[in-house]
Amino acid sequence: MERRELLKMIALATGSAVIGGEFLLSGCKNENAGSGLTFSEDDIAFLDELAETILPKTNTPGAKDAQVGKYMAVMVTDCYEAPDQQIFKAGIQKLNEESKKMFDTNFLKLSLQQKTQLLIQIDSSCKAFNKKVDDEYDALSAEERHKLSLEEHTTNKNYKKEKLRQNPYRFYTMMKQLTLSGFFTSEVGATKALRYIAVPGKFDGCAPYTKGEKAWATS
Amino acid sequence: MSDNVFDAIVIGSGISGGWAAKELTERGLKVIMLERGKDIEHIKDYVNANKEAWDHPHRGGRTQQMINDYPVLKRDYPLNEVNLDWWASDKDSPYTEVKRFDWFRGYHVGGRSLLWGRQSYRWSDFDFEANAKEGIGVDWPVRYAEIAPWYDYVEKFAGISGSKEGLPQLPDGQFLKPMDMTCVEKDVAARIKEHYKGARHMIIGRTAHITEPHADRTECQFRNKCWLGCPFGGYFSTQSSTLPAARKTGNLTLRPWSIVTKILYDKDTKKATGVEVLDAETNKTYEYKAKIIFLNASTLNSAWILMNSATDIWPDGLGSSSNALGKYLMDHHLGVGASGEVDGYEDKYVFGRRANGVYVPRYRNLFGDKRDYLRGFGYQGGGSRQGWGREIAELNIGGAFKDALTEPGVWTMGIGGFGEMLPNADNKVTLDKTKKDKWGLNVLSIDCELKENELKMRKDMMNDAAEMLEIAGVKKIKTNNSDGTPGRGIHEMGTARMGKDPKTSVLNKWNQVWDAQNVFVTDGSFMTSASCVNPSLTYMAFTARAAAYAVEELKKGNL
Repeated sequence: MERRELLKMIALATGSAVIGGEFLLSGCKNENAGSGLTFSEDDIAFLDELAETILPKTNTPGAKDAQVGKYMAVMVTDCYEAPDQQIFKAGIQKLNEESKKMFDTNFLKLSLQQKTQLLIQIDSSCKAFNKKVDDEYDALSAEERHKLSLEEHTTNKNYKKEKLRQNPYRFYTMMKQLTLSGFFTSEVGATKALRYIAVPGKFDGCAPYTKGEKAWATS
Repeated sequence: MSDNVFDAIVIGSGISGGWAAKELTERGLKVIMLERGKDIEHIKDYVNANKEAWDHPHRGGRTQQMINDYPVLKRDYPLNEVNLDWWASDKDSPYTEVKRFDWFRGYHVGGRSLLWGRQSYRWSDFDFEANAKEGIGVDWPVRYAEIAPWYDYVEKFAGISGSKEGLPQLPDGQFLKPMDMTCVEKDVAARIKEHYKGARHMIIGRTAHITEPHADRTECQFRNKCWLGCPFGGYFSTQSSTLPAARKTGNLTLRPWSIVTKILYDKDTKKATGVEVLDAETNKTYEYKAKIIFLNASTLNSAWILMNSATDIWPDGLGSSSNALGKYLMDHHLGVGASGEVDGYEDKYVFGRRANGVYVPRYRNLFGDKRDYLRGFGYQGGGSRQGWGREIAELNIGGAFKDALTEPGVWTMGIGGFGEMLPNADNKVTLDKTKKDKWGLNVLSIDCELKENELKMRKDMMNDAAEMLEIAGVKKIKTNNSDGTPGRGIHEMGTARMGKDPKTSVLNKWNQVWDAQNVFVTDGSFMTSASCVNPSLTYMAFTARAAAYAVEELKKGNL
């Protein structure tokens, strides 16, 4: 399949909120050159811990094995628009505040069970928010969606991205998206948690599959 | 022969330029191929071909710096980390958009033959006859019977994989064995065929991948890393195919960093004598002389070169006596389609990464079907299982969530339309004499938009996609209706169309400029109409035909 159609279809089939398709394909202004955004060792340790809670080591490696914290810092610094950088960075503090509200202490001091409990609560709220944005978008008529698509090119404003930014826990969706992409596109993620063959040598469109077998890292 | 004198000059080294060089050198001509950008050597310069996602700092994505540096390329998928050096710099080579036009260019040896989608389809007489029958534009001076042997010829060399289907609107060719369809695609195809009683088809894409050993090339290894350059030579590119053939003759000189600024024209003999070249690295000017010139600079750049040539005779350039030069710009309009989920097939998966999809050939306005617009569209698409990017409904985070994502998800199926755009005199390019590029050259101004016929067609493109998927049993169907900005198809065509009359066309039926018969233009600019199928195979066929004709005419003393 032509790559352009493939990318669009992935975004269509999976819903852009899941993999961050709106970041991958949307054009946007660079307002953050020299924004001075930095991530400390502590920040990265925090992000690693959060990522490991989302994708822990099981019988396959987890997020820490893939150094997802470091990956998040690189991606947010280099690839995010300024408003999203702010949302993301402030998110570390916000998550600590949520942690204090629920358990009276910082996120890093929580037990695994507490971390999981906190993140599931935020995750559910984000899922609901993102679904609402998706549903509202899907409920628009074809003409309205077409109009938004045209507007995006003249104003650089992405309808979905603007809506998603209104989520008070937007930072968490970003962290989860980066955890997933950081892990599954890493070498350990792609080759140990998923399956990857550099040179398949053939294509079989109807290969047998048994439940439990790993998914391919890329298609 | 002196250093700057050749039998033939080929301007451009992409799909059509490579073919021109191959055909002319194999027929004994000494040829210089001029390329405006850098050299990319087969295999050696495919520096990222064996890298994986994790070898790139942003895993192949785009940074804000890149977005800033590439204001045009950022508008769609081409802006990415893995082959950024293979796209032209928007800053070095700007252009003016009277209306938005996304122009994605490859300025290097091989041009976009390294980056193309590789889908390869023949035209039929429904395409060649449409202008004449409907009174649109001018009639094509060529019919299918005349070009069919040239399709045979180029397919045999390039290596096109595909299935024979016996469809009059999409003639079969000289195919290598077809790639496999996925089980879902096969069943969807069967249901479409049954429901529409054979009026609509879903077939495996016909693609310029060799699925069997072919010449000196190794067959496609199903890595799906084509646009990094293929070290196996698994797909057709200048580097993998035409350039080695041209070099084998000993007759080829390749000169990168050579921006052709004009074709030199002698008004007494009414022929071109050569070209003027600006060295892109040194800014020095050179002249090369030849008896024959093939212009293959890519559609819009070929128009630009013509507009800059022989302006002492024709102020608007060589070929402008027709008043058609720069006009009738076309692309394929896309960005509409549908996709959804398919139940079942949990015990089926794929092995390998197929850089190809399925194809639904045109069915609208054919065989008695009649719509409120002219022409039609085809679909490209595919059916596959979801990967890790999907949502897991009942799980949020944690070990069970991760383990679920390490298994494939449900099957999905999607198709997106490629629609024909009519030739329209208002869709055009001109020279913008107020703006200059890095080398101080005037840039192109592009004024192009979808018109009423295309906009009407897009409704069908979206609704038909959803309807066909529904009929085929696809669930949770979502339609896609984005803007369809021209240029997005990366199938620029027209601006130097061929025709039967020098008053209304730039080229004759042999791709010769009416006003300079030793100049042959055989890239997408010659296209008189656009069809809805991917155009490169047609450029190959017309280029090979024109080169054979040029050498014959040269031998007869006619050029």
